[in-house]
Amino acid sequence: MAEILLHRVGPGVTLQDQGRAGYLAQGLSRGGAADRLALVEGAALLGQDAGFAALEIAASYLALEVSGSCRIALTGAPMRAFCEGGVLAWQASHALAPGARLELSGALGGYSYVHFGGGVDAPVILGARSAHLAAGIGRMLRAGDRLRLGADHGGRVDHGFTPQARFSGGLLRMVETPQTQLFPAQQLARFTETVFCKDMRGNRMGQRLLSEGAGFALTSGLSILSESIVPGDIQITGDGAPFVLLAECQTTGGYPRIGTVLPCDLPRLVQAPAGAELRFAFIPLQEAIAAERAEAARRAGLRGGVRPLIRTLHDMRELLAYQWISGATAGDELDREQP
Amino acid sequence: MSLPPEPYGPEQAAPVIHAMGVDGVLVSFGARLSERANRAALAFSAAVSEAGLHGVAEVATSLASVYLRLDLGQTEQEKISAPLRALLGARDWFQADLPLGRRLWRVPAVFGTEIAPQLDEAAALAGLTPAEAVAEICSAPLRVQTIGFARGQPYLGELPPHWDIPRQTGLSPQVPEGALAVAIRQMVLFSVNTPTGWRHLGQTAVRLFRPDAPEPFLLRPGDDVLFQPVTRAELENIRARDPQGGAIAERVG
Repeated sequence: MAEILLHRVGPGVTLQDQGRAGYLAQGLSRGGAADRLALVEGAALLGQDAGFAALEIAASYLALEVSGSCRIALTGAPMRAFCEGGVLAWQASHALAPGARLELSGALGGYSYVHFGGGVDAPVILGARSAHLAAGIGRMLRAGDRLRLGADHGGRVDHGFTPQARFSGGLLRMVETPQTQLFPAQQLARFTETVFCKDMRGNRMGQRLLSEGAGFALTSGLSILSESIVPGDIQITGDGAPFVLLAECQTTGGYPRIGTVLPCDLPRLVQAPAGAELRFAFIPLQEAIAAERAEAARRAGLRGGVRPLIRTLHDMRELLAYQWISGATAGDELDREQP
Repeated sequence: MSLPPEPYGPEQAAPVIHAMGVDGVLVSFGARLSERANRAALAFSAAVSEAGLHGVAEVATSLASVYLRLDLGQTEQEKISAPLRALLGARDWFQADLPLGRRLWRVPAVFGTEIAPQLDEAAALAGLTPAEAVAEICSAPLRVQTIGFARGQPYLGELPPHWDIPRQTGLSPQVPEGALAVAIRQMVLFSVNTPTGWRHLGQTAVRLFRPDAPEPFLLRPGDDVLFQPVTRAELENIRARDPQGGAIAERVG
């Protein structure tokens, strides 16, 4: 089975899948990909199950080499992708030849994903292969790590699609929490009128948000008994700054929560680049449920949106390997192994 | 500021059902921690799991409430509230027995010294000498009221009223895994290295989460924990030979 060898690995590169649902009672949050939609997109591009593990790159860089031929897909926050002297299109699937070296850099923020046909293999711990850094399961990947690939049933490559727009901030819809009404009405109104951007110290546990003007802390000394908390909850911590809980959040908390971001809108938060404007709006619960169900249906039909890549000169791979002028080539064709 | 709505009023007679997030429900048995609210949450959580209500994907308890995660493909808050109310009305959950399969754990701990530096400070806040504080903490088992925040991490209680000491205003930058810390009549036995506002008065060698073990999570809600004072040398000896940190269990219920 093919292996991948990691050459240059920036901070925040981990193996991720759908995470471990079902352990909240034991204090373990689900974890998994920061942008689970990207896993569904990668699976659609490769025509495989969305449960396979992929490499997650948190606004960082990665260079790797594959030992055998394999299929890959690139999703999530767009990066510059080079392979064997050519540029690879993002939001697309590609074939890599044995020994091919893939270099990824230049993310503006958010989380990028490299998916492999058959997925990345790793020990299954409590039902998942993903690293849960906060829980001490798995770890960040390092240069020199070798990862095995699962068996690929094969399928198309050189296909792409238009991902859900989520790479430039925007509106995050939320529902009320059991504590929303503890906040004075004018404070709730001000919250929904405020433009926020990400504090760059965010991680897989949560994202602190910054804004101009006063914070949103409750002025009275209300002490709220710790209770269950979920990804998307917007905690207002002591300094008044909102902190949105993400995949690796704690399972209980006692900070008041002003709202809960819809799960289907969380990708827009985690994928917002530095400086992108984020706003919040309350919507009724029934509307939120309808939005979640519509998004689940859209994701189930994602494979239908995958199209053959239209090659442009800009993204054509191994540009020099094409015979533009009779007799002039890259010159190393005879030395290369065939996939 | 006006009084908060239920369930965050000072007293509460009946459990309250709230929507939580887009796909969750919170059943709250009290806005303040009490033995009866904790007992009710534990018992109701077990009953909901056992009832196998259609569309309930996951059930978790915290100190005085029960969280249900729903599968929106099968149900939603409005649909689940009738069966939930029926279950809530089936009995007085505040009078429920503790869960079955409970264990009493004896856990060796060092109190004070430089590996648990806040014993003197915490004892003084509780109006006790350090020796009195240790004797009191170790005199009777403490209940695992909930597991939460971090994986496998118990909240233990309830200590006598004079232990109603606040969290410190600043955070201790790091306490190690196995640290025993106190605030507001509760103790936390930390399952990870973490910053905390709780005062670090004891240190154990317990590992509460071992992902490779047949039972990855050591403690369960409803278990009792009795701390047993040991010397630093004894603790290091235990740490070297036992990944469970010398914790020994016996069935009690």
